[in-house]
Amino acid sequence: MFKKISVLLLGLSLLAGLASAAVINGAGATFPYPIYMKWNTVFAEQTGIKINYQGIGSGGGIRQFSAGITDFGGSDAPMTDKEIAKAGGDILHIPTVMGAVAVVYNLPGVRNLNLDADTLADIFLGKITNWQGVNSSLPNMPIKVCYRSDGSGTTSIFTGYLAKVSLDWASKVGAGKAVAWPTGIGGKGNSGVAGSVKNIEGAIGYVELSYAITNNLAAANLKNKAGVYTTPSLASTSAAASGALSAKAMKKLIAAGDFRLDLNNAPGENSYPIVGLTWLLVHKNQKDSGKGANLVAYLKWALTDGQKYPADLLYAPLPKDIASKVLEQVETIKI
Amino acid sequence: MRLSRFKRITGDDWFSAITFSFAASIPLLLFLLICLLIIKSSLGFKTFGFGFIVSSSWDPLNDVYGALPFIYGTIISSLIALAIAVPLGLGCAIFLAEVTQSKVKEQVATMIDMLAAIPSVVYGLWGIFVLSPFLGGPSLLVGGVILSIMILPTITAISREVFQAVPHSLRESALALGATKWETFKLAVFGPALSGLVGAIILGLGRALGETMAVTMVIGNRANISPSLFAPAYTLASVIANEFAEATSEVNLSVLVELGLILLVITVIVNGAARFFVWKTTGHKA
Repeated sequence: MFKKISVLLLGLSLLAGLASAAVINGAGATFPYPIYMKWNTVFAEQTGIKINYQGIGSGGGIRQFSAGITDFGGSDAPMTDKEIAKAGGDILHIPTVMGAVAVVYNLPGVRNLNLDADTLADIFLGKITNWQGVNSSLPNMPIKVCYRSDGSGTTSIFTGYLAKVSLDWASKVGAGKAVAWPTGIGGKGNSGVAGSVKNIEGAIGYVELSYAITNNLAAANLKNKAGVYTTPSLASTSAAASGALSAKAMKKLIAAGDFRLDLNNAPGENSYPIVGLTWLLVHKNQKDSGKGANLVAYLKWALTDGQKYPADLLYAPLPKDIASKVLEQVETIKI
Repeated sequence: MRLSRFKRITGDDWFSAITFSFAASIPLLLFLLICLLIIKSSLGFKTFGFGFIVSSSWDPLNDVYGALPFIYGTIISSLIALAIAVPLGLGCAIFLAEVTQSKVKEQVATMIDMLAAIPSVVYGLWGIFVLSPFLGGPSLLVGGVILSIMILPTITAISREVFQAVPHSLRESALALGATKWETFKLAVFGPALSGLVGAIILGLGRALGETMAVTMVIGNRANISPSLFAPAYTLASVIANEFAEATSEVNLSVLVELGLILLVITVIVNGAARFFVWKTTGHKA
């Protein structure tokens, strides 16, 4: 009897071992989760290679990847040099898609709101407290600021933008996945912020572009670096990427193989100013050659054929010239 | 028989050994849990000391942390919940157990049990779409009211059981002396039931202190201490749920675990105080 059970257990553990060898595991950011799911499904159909991605949050993604629990990580905020060193170094940031952060509001009768960078910063700093302080034609109504209470890449991109355009914000609050907000109420997730904005008259908040569009929330037109008020959309997100990547400093980073690019407040007339990349984190030196080869195949596919899927899910695909540069880097991964 | 070499060990010995190991596993689990919380929070404790408990700044970007707003929010929201749910719950239980003879009372009792089984996220959704707009947006008060609805079935169902467990002979003697229904309840039922009622309230309070999802959806998640109940607030359980997934710095992770430890300590203190109260007033152990 015991023999039978132990044989059975041995068989099961062998099976489990085989299964885990075939599947490549990753975890991290929730923002790109829908597109990764799409990619994983299509890629498995085409090649039989199974990629498993869990949306546990960027912070958790970096932790598990650094600890060697997952084969790759996902993050909306790049790892710092310190974090990379702590995780053993030689970690590549592979950008996959881009997203914009929309500033959404709830003002009865107002469907067209223009905001410049200083006004936006002053609202979120709690300096402007009434909509008439923004523009005298707006309703006399107190401003209710809504922010993400959970740490999030969306917050990282949004506060990164504010810190870039407002010295006041940079010195008083700073940029990160969770910050000490000077004013307002916190909602959990995009849905929490969207819910607050929908329910509270006079509210203003920020959500991922896809969330603003699918929930039909009114989004503000933001004044970009060129002085033009732009509506958040896939087109203005792509324009922002092209604009940002034309800058000299960016070209230098890319030439050095560092894709931790900040796309906020990009130059160009059509550029929407609050835009960010999301990355997959992979080791430059793959330990398991079988898994490594499959992972490289997946990344190559995602950067080429895979780029036709993001738009349907309201992500902006990478500009072609960048995608080709990233591909060159993927080639350098040692299997 | 194969088992003959165990002749001197009787089945009863096996029975008591096995059940003992099951019983011992629960204190062991609690002990291990506390050990883990202490180990994982040691960095936070080393960095901030006891000042952590009285400090009210919370800035993950600069790694400055204080627990006071969360302790405040947890305790006040739970007190609001108790203030609403205890009178309602006890009143409902008294009606069902002592007052009515109607046939619907079993159905009502079943419905109350069903309320207890609703997942908290459902209460949270209702809170976002109905209660929060009604009460003027996310606030400490909305959090407290949501909690009161969530703990109401716990308090009602258990106190009803407690009243029903009071021996009928006590009621009959009071009635025989010419007492009214109210006097019977006051003289013969309430006293013997008191320790059980405190137990019911503690269970409700335990759920209120630790409730996470529904509260975070309606409380406003803002680490501040305001005298107004209409201001947004934050609870210990909510901030852990909100920030744990994205916390990257070691200190940030550590203080979140420390908040969990504080929550555990508060629960133990509340439990101990309630038991002490029952023991003092009735001489029974609760």
